[in-house]
Amino acid sequence: MLTILFDGIAYGMLLFVLACGLAVTLGLMNFVNLAHGAFAMTGGYAAFIAVNRFGVPFLLGLPIAFLASALLGIILERTLYVHVYRKSHLDQVLFSIGLVFMAVAAVDYIMGSSQVFIDVPDYLKGQFNVFGVGIGKYRLLIIVICGLLTAALQFVLSYTRFGSRLRASVDDARVARGLGINVNAVFAATFAVGSGLAGLGGALGVEILGLDPYFPLKFMIYFLIVVTVGGTSSITGPFVASTLLGVADVAGKYYVPKLGTFAIYTVMIVVLIWRPQGLFARGSAK
Amino acid sequence: MSATPLNTPDVARLVMSRARWRFSEIVFWIAALATIFLVPSRHLILTEIAILGLFALSLDLILGYAGIISLGQAAFFGFGAYCAGLLATHQLVTEPVLALALAGAATAALGFVTSFLVLRGSDLTRIMVTLGIALILRELANRFDGLTGGADGLQGVTIEPLFGLFRFDMFGHTAYAYSLAVLFVLFLLARRIVNSPFGLSLRAVKGNPLRASAVGISVNGRMVAIYTIAAGYAGVAGALLTQTAQFASLDMFSFERSADVLLMLIIGGTGYLYGGIIGALIFKLMQDWLASMTPQYWQFWIGLVLVAIVIIGRERLEQLRGAIRKRILRLRPQKHAA
Repeated sequence: MLTILFDGIAYGMLLFVLACGLAVTLGLMNFVNLAHGAFAMTGGYAAFIAVNRFGVPFLLGLPIAFLASALLGIILERTLYVHVYRKSHLDQVLFSIGLVFMAVAAVDYIMGSSQVFIDVPDYLKGQFNVFGVGIGKYRLLIIVICGLLTAALQFVLSYTRFGSRLRASVDDARVARGLGINVNAVFAATFAVGSGLAGLGGALGVEILGLDPYFPLKFMIYFLIVVTVGGTSSITGPFVASTLLGVADVAGKYYVPKLGTFAIYTVMIVVLIWRPQGLFARGSAK
Repeated sequence: MSATPLNTPDVARLVMSRARWRFSEIVFWIAALATIFLVPSRHLILTEIAILGLFALSLDLILGYAGIISLGQAAFFGFGAYCAGLLATHQLVTEPVLALALAGAATAALGFVTSFLVLRGSDLTRIMVTLGIALILRELANRFDGLTGGADGLQGVTIEPLFGLFRFDMFGHTAYAYSLAVLFVLFLLARRIVNSPFGLSLRAVKGNPLRASAVGISVNGRMVAIYTIAAGYAGVAGALLTQTAQFASLDMFSFERSADVLLMLIIGGTGYLYGGIIGALIFKLMQDWLASMTPQYWQFWIGLVLVAIVIIGRERLEQLRGAIRKRILRLRPQKHAA
C-alpha cells in the first residue's frame, strides 16, 4: 500500500520534471506546445546513446540529456518557435503537431522503432525496506533529484532577478520591454531550461515510462493534463497535479487494472469543466 | 429571428448571391462524377478520398464556421465506424443506407451530449476536452473487446448489397459511387446550412461571441447545434469507411487521425466547404506518393508540411488559393457575370 504510494509519488515527480517546462511555455507564455514530449524524447535518447554506446556513467548521462535537449530547445526556439508565438492557437497546434510528427519519424529513422533501455548501474537496482515499506532505489533517486529541482525552480522563480524578469515578461511583455528587460532573451532562456528539464525527465524516465519513437505522442496527454489541471499561475499547481496524477495512475493500474487510463481522462474532463482555469488557479488573471 | 428593417433587401441579396451556385462548383462536381467512369482503376483510393473529404467537411463545420478547435474529431469518426460495424455484424440493420443514417444519428446524439463540454473554456480547454473524449472512447472500445474485438478490430463485417441490388465488389466500384453520392448529398445539406440565416449567425458567433449574443443570437445554442451536426457528419464518414472497408479498428479513434484531418482542412482552407474535400484529395495523393518513396517515414514529410504552412503563414496560403480561384472563375462564361 505505502509502496504504491511511494511509486506513485516517484512517478508524479517524474511527470512534474517532464511537464514543468510545458507549464512555463503553455501556462506563462500562453503557447500551445504539443511538441514538448519531443524534447523529453531527445533527452532520453541522448542519455541512451551516451550511456550505452559510449559507456558514460549513468549519473553523468543525466546532465548530458539536459544539455542536449536544452540545446535543441534553444535552436528551435530561435529559428522556428519565435515566429509562432504571436500566431493563433490553431497555428500553434498545427505547428507543434508537425514538429511531433517530424520528431517521431526522424527518431524512428535514426534509432529504429523498438523500445530502448538504459543500462542502470547496479547500485541503483533493487529495493530496500524501511518499516516494511519497499522502497526502490531508482525511484528514490528520482524523488531526490526531482525534489531538489522543484525546490531550485521555486527559488529561482520567486527570489532571483531572472525569476522576476520572467514573471514581468509574462505579465506584460510590452511594459517589461519598456523597463529594459530583454524579453526575447528571457523567453529563449526559459524555453531552453524547460526543454532541458524535459530532457532530463526523459532520461530519468526511460526506466519507468519506457522510450520509443512514439514517446511524444503517448505522453503528450499526460503533460497537458498536468499543466491544465494544475493551472499555470504558479509552479506549485502543476507540482500537486502531477503528484496526484502519478499516485492515481499507479494506484489505478494496480487496484483496478480493468479501468486502465479511462479514469484519468474522465477526471481530467471533469476538472476542466468544473474549473477551466485549473484546480489551483488564483482566478483568471488575464 | 427578425432581420433588421434597415436595408433588408441588400442583406437578402447578399445572402442570395453567396448561396448561388457558381460555375466552378458545377465543374467541380461534374469532374467528381466523371471520375466514376474515367478512372475505374483508382476507385479504391478515391473512395478513401471521398470519405476523408466528408470527415474534413465535418471539421470544417465546427472549425471554419464556429471557430471551435477540435483535436478529437476522430472520436465521432470512430464511434460512427463502430456503430455501422456493429449494426452489420449483429444483423440488426442490413440495408447499408439505413445503417449509415442510423450510425450518423447515433453519433450526432453523442455529439449533442458532449457538445456541452466544449462550450466552456478557452481554446486550450477545448483542445484538451476533445482530445480526452477521443481517448476515452478509444479506451472504451479497447476494454469492451467482447463487443468491439478490442485491439484486433471488428472482424467479420459483411455488408449487404446496396438497395439489395449493387454488391460491394473488390475493386471498389460500388463503394466509390456510394461514397461519392453520400458525400454529395451531405455536402448539399451542409451548403444549405451554412448559407441559411443559421449559418450566418454562426459566422457572427465565430467573429465575436459577445457581440453576437448582444444582437440576440444564442451563442451556446448555435455551438451545440453545429457541434452536433458536425459529429453526425463525422459519424457518417466513419460508418462509410467501415462499410466500404468491411472492417473497423481502434486506430479510427487515434490522435493521428484527428491531426491528419486537421491538416487536410488546413491545406484545403477553412470556411468554404470545399476546403476539406480538396485538402483530402491533396493529402491522400501526397501521402500515397510519399509512402511509395519512403514507406515508413512519410509522416516526417507530413509534419514538415504542417510546420511550413504555419511558418509561411496561412494567410498567404489563403491569398494563393484566392488567386487560383479567381483564375478558375475567369473561365466561366461571360453571360453569368452580369
